[in-house]
Amino acid sequence: MTYAIEAEGLVKRFKETEALAGVDLGARRGSVLGLLGPNGAGKTTAVRIFATLLRPDAGRARVAGHDVVREAGVVRAMVGLTGQYAAVDENLTGTENLLLIGRLLGLPRRAARARAAELLDRFQLSEAAGRAVKTFSGGMRRRLDLAASLVGRPSILFLDEPTTGLDPHSRGELWDLLRGLVADGATALLTTQYLNEADVLADDIVVIDKGRVIAEGTPDQLKSQVGGQVLELRPVLAQDLARAHTVVAGAAGPQARIEGETITAPVKDPELMPAVVRTLDREGIAVGELALRRSSLDEVFLALTGHRAEPGAPEGNGGASVRDDESEPRNADGELRKAVTGP
Amino acid sequence: MTATTTTITAPIGKSGRVRPLDGLRQTFTMAWRSLVAVKHNPLELVDYSITPIMFVFLFTYVLGGQMAGSPEAYLKYALPGIIVQNTLFMTMYTAMALNTDLTKGVFDRLRSLPIARSAPLIGRITADLAKHVWAMLLMIGLGLLLGFRITGGPEGFLLGAVLLVVFAAAVSWCAVLIGMLAGDVEKVQAFAFTLIFPITFTSSAFVRVETMPGWLQAWSDVNPVTHLSDAFRGLLLGGPVAEPVVWSLVWAAGIAVVFYPLAMRAYRAKT
Repeated sequence: MTYAIEAEGLVKRFKETEALAGVDLGARRGSVLGLLGPNGAGKTTAVRIFATLLRPDAGRARVAGHDVVREAGVVRAMVGLTGQYAAVDENLTGTENLLLIGRLLGLPRRAARARAAELLDRFQLSEAAGRAVKTFSGGMRRRLDLAASLVGRPSILFLDEPTTGLDPHSRGELWDLLRGLVADGATALLTTQYLNEADVLADDIVVIDKGRVIAEGTPDQLKSQVGGQVLELRPVLAQDLARAHTVVAGAAGPQARIEGETITAPVKDPELMPAVVRTLDREGIAVGELALRRSSLDEVFLALTGHRAEPGAPEGNGGASVRDDESEPRNADGELRKAVTGP
Repeated sequence: MTATTTTITAPIGKSGRVRPLDGLRQTFTMAWRSLVAVKHNPLELVDYSITPIMFVFLFTYVLGGQMAGSPEAYLKYALPGIIVQNTLFMTMYTAMALNTDLTKGVFDRLRSLPIARSAPLIGRITADLAKHVWAMLLMIGLGLLLGFRITGGPEGFLLGAVLLVVFAAAVSWCAVLIGMLAGDVEKVQAFAFTLIFPITFTSSAFVRVETMPGWLQAWSDVNPVTHLSDAFRGLLLGGPVAEPVVWSLVWAAGIAVVFYPLAMRAYRAKT
């Protein structure tokens, strides 16, 4: 199979830390590869190598068959990069930012202007086109940044956490735009720490942690790989929580956990559910809610890494990690998360 | 995108290298970007226009009477020095702008494009040199209104302007280095002030070196700002200028020789 984006044994060290410790990955032409991992996992490093901004210490990275080190110029001509921080000039207007990129890419003035107008229209920025970017909202900046990466009609896109820090509404808007781009035939490498983002947008997912690939597959494959289903149980009375947990743990093993007022446990054996129900009945524990659902990528991540995909892990800056909630701003997450799921 | 629209618009040869003429055009595009930004950023206008005007007024009317007996008499001595000081301060805007591009990720975007690597840097310096010329003309114009006279003739004025731009271009490499190494813009500013203030004030820019204590004179006599101020003053007013002009050029060359390679190394490492 030919890959549009391909890495073999990619290694990158920064002083003492090994950001990438031998990463292999491949994105099929016309597909979206989700690179999933917590802060500090090495996602941005990988993207920067593909976008010719960093040289790998070992291994090879190829874009459309071209080596990113030896043929950097060719690679640059066919990729678009949208970074974690909106890399647009705050003192220029939306139009001027896109005009700048168009002119740098060698478009004649008139063509550059037309391309800018076309992209601004497509990204719903026409009204703000004449305003300096510093007056833009966060969502508008990201859209402009994405537009800037598309001026040269790249066939391969690198999207480094394109929605980090955006509110749910803006994130939804950006998702729609990304889906539209991929529907047009672009190949994309999308890094994210939001599990549901990878779930929604990616055809294939590579999970990395501490610079290593720890799992790969389609979102469905990953979910079934980790034991298929999850049992969720909420007793009517909170004081029954401990006893109910004992019951579930007795049937499902030590992986049963109490989360708030709910007990969850991974389930592989279909006979387990009726057995739990019988025991609960015998013990006289009234059940408020009992459900069997497919495991979320969050649980996949827990099973793969052995650590919960939760904020507070001392990785990277800010400690934000993989999570599938949508509403929290990036740096205040530790406290917020506790407020949401605490007892 | 469909196969028909995936045409690569970038000016890339088969080898993937940027052709020199395209590199030049990209440099001008980057310079355009630096200049057009002024339109939307009135603060820059303060940096390049209001501050210079304020300096001329303050030095002339506040200090003039005590320094030289009358504002007009002091203006004649101090205006070239004020312009030299302003020129040095303005090079730090180059450092600040580069630092902002670096920390905000703009350089990442530019580097991911198939353009000449030097275009963002040279474009910025070119645009900033144009701003130097603008500020200098503004200050000279104001000086003329307040009673300053260019007795050195038009050729003296032209040569003075060229000397100033050459010196500013050399110091720009020092600014590039600072812009690349500083962690954020505030640090650039703090560093610039603690460096440029003492250097300009311990020169002949505002007072005659002979009035300083001996140990300070020893420094002031070799201070590049002294040479540049004397040269610029001499060219504007007419008089013997050969020695300070030569020393100014020697200093400019020395600064460029030291800081150009350091700046380029930092630029290549960071962008």
